[in-house]
Amino acid sequence: MNITATLLGQILTFAVLVWFIQHYLWEPLTTALADRQKKIADGLAAAERGEHEQELARKRAAEKIGEAKQQAAEIVAQAQKRASEIVEEAKDNARSEGERLLAAANVEIEQEANRAKEQLRGQVVSLAVAGAGRVLKKEVDPKAHQKLLADLVAQI
Amino acid sequence: MSGEAQSSAEYIQHHLVNWCAGNCDPVTHQAAGFWAFHVDTLLFGWLLAGLMAWISFAVGRVLTTGTPGTLQNVVESVVEFVQTQVRDIFPGSNPLIGPLAITIFIWVFLMNAMDLIPVDLLPLIGRMFGFEYLKVVPTTDLGTTFALALSVFALIIYYNIKIKGPIGYLKQFLFHPFGKYLIPVNIIMTTIEEVAKPVSLGLRLFGNMFAGELIFMLIALLSLASIFLLPFQVVLGSLWAIFHILIITLQAFIFMLLTIVYLGMAHTSEEEH
Repeated sequence: MNITATLLGQILTFAVLVWFIQHYLWEPLTTALADRQKKIADGLAAAERGEHEQELARKRAAEKIGEAKQQAAEIVAQAQKRASEIVEEAKDNARSEGERLLAAANVEIEQEANRAKEQLRGQVVSLAVAGAGRVLKKEVDPKAHQKLLADLVAQI
Repeated sequence: MSGEAQSSAEYIQHHLVNWCAGNCDPVTHQAAGFWAFHVDTLLFGWLLAGLMAWISFAVGRVLTTGTPGTLQNVVESVVEFVQTQVRDIFPGSNPLIGPLAITIFIWVFLMNAMDLIPVDLLPLIGRMFGFEYLKVVPTTDLGTTFALALSVFALIIYYNIKIKGPIGYLKQFLFHPFGKYLIPVNIIMTTIEEVAKPVSLGLRLFGNMFAGELIFMLIALLSLASIFLLPFQVVLGSLWAIFHILIITLQAFIFMLLTIVYLGMAHTSEEEH
């Protein structure tokens, strides 16, 4: 139980072992650990950034939806206005068209009536002549009483 | 053992003799002078160092920063544990401290753990191959504990001189701890303080492991005295082994921690005292 040259052997072993551990385990492993730490930190930062961006996007989306709703309301309002305008226009057109048709019909009626009157007059004259002929038992010559007949027609 | 009746004293003594080569006493098989080698200590020291180096190499070669495998995970937790200790205790930064600390921690732990192998198993196998003496726990050899302690001591002196300069280190001897009026006392006190570091490191580990191994041997003696004591031997041996799991880890940890503390002290200038 005394100190022997084993001491030197163990010192040598120890020195070599420290060197080996430093080069093949400690340095690569601590580097890897630091890298992983950085990776995780980056990941967390990215996640936070992503959350923030999502929040922004949500706000933007809400704004856009609001705008869209407003625009839609405007468009609907315009469309309604335009529709009522069109209806008004159609009403006006219909009214004027009706009036026009009515006027034309009136004119035609008047013409028909006049024509009927003329016809009636002619027939009344011929009836009158025929009547007169029967009364006089004599044929009345319409040519001889042209003037008289014309007066009569004018009177009717 | 080996047919012949053996007294308890002989059994114990036999187990306390190293496998010696070189300058050995032919009668007692003890080392006769400094130039003797304890082959068993060196052999198991190398085997365990080789195991450590092999695992480090295997892990260090296939490192990944992604999800680590089982082995890498285990090694990583040990490295992180040591790294935390170094970061907490050691002021400043020195790339050697981490590897030094982890090597001490694991190597000492592995050498201590040889204690948990049944006390007669490896010597019995050794005898089958014709090796009469085999002491399997390298840390029960002063050669191992002082190899570590003196290496640390050399580093303490080296860093003291490197960081504080030769003059600064000398000043520490002259003016510490009692100021400039008690220089002779200071020299003695500081010298004792410095020398106590490696001595306490080496003897603490040696004493703990040697005593532990001795108690394993005493427990093993029970069934040698009477076969009816075998149940006691099993129970006591198990309890002591379980307790020793704590001891071997603690001793390895203390050795590592004190190494970091001593080297940390070597790196701090004590001018502000």
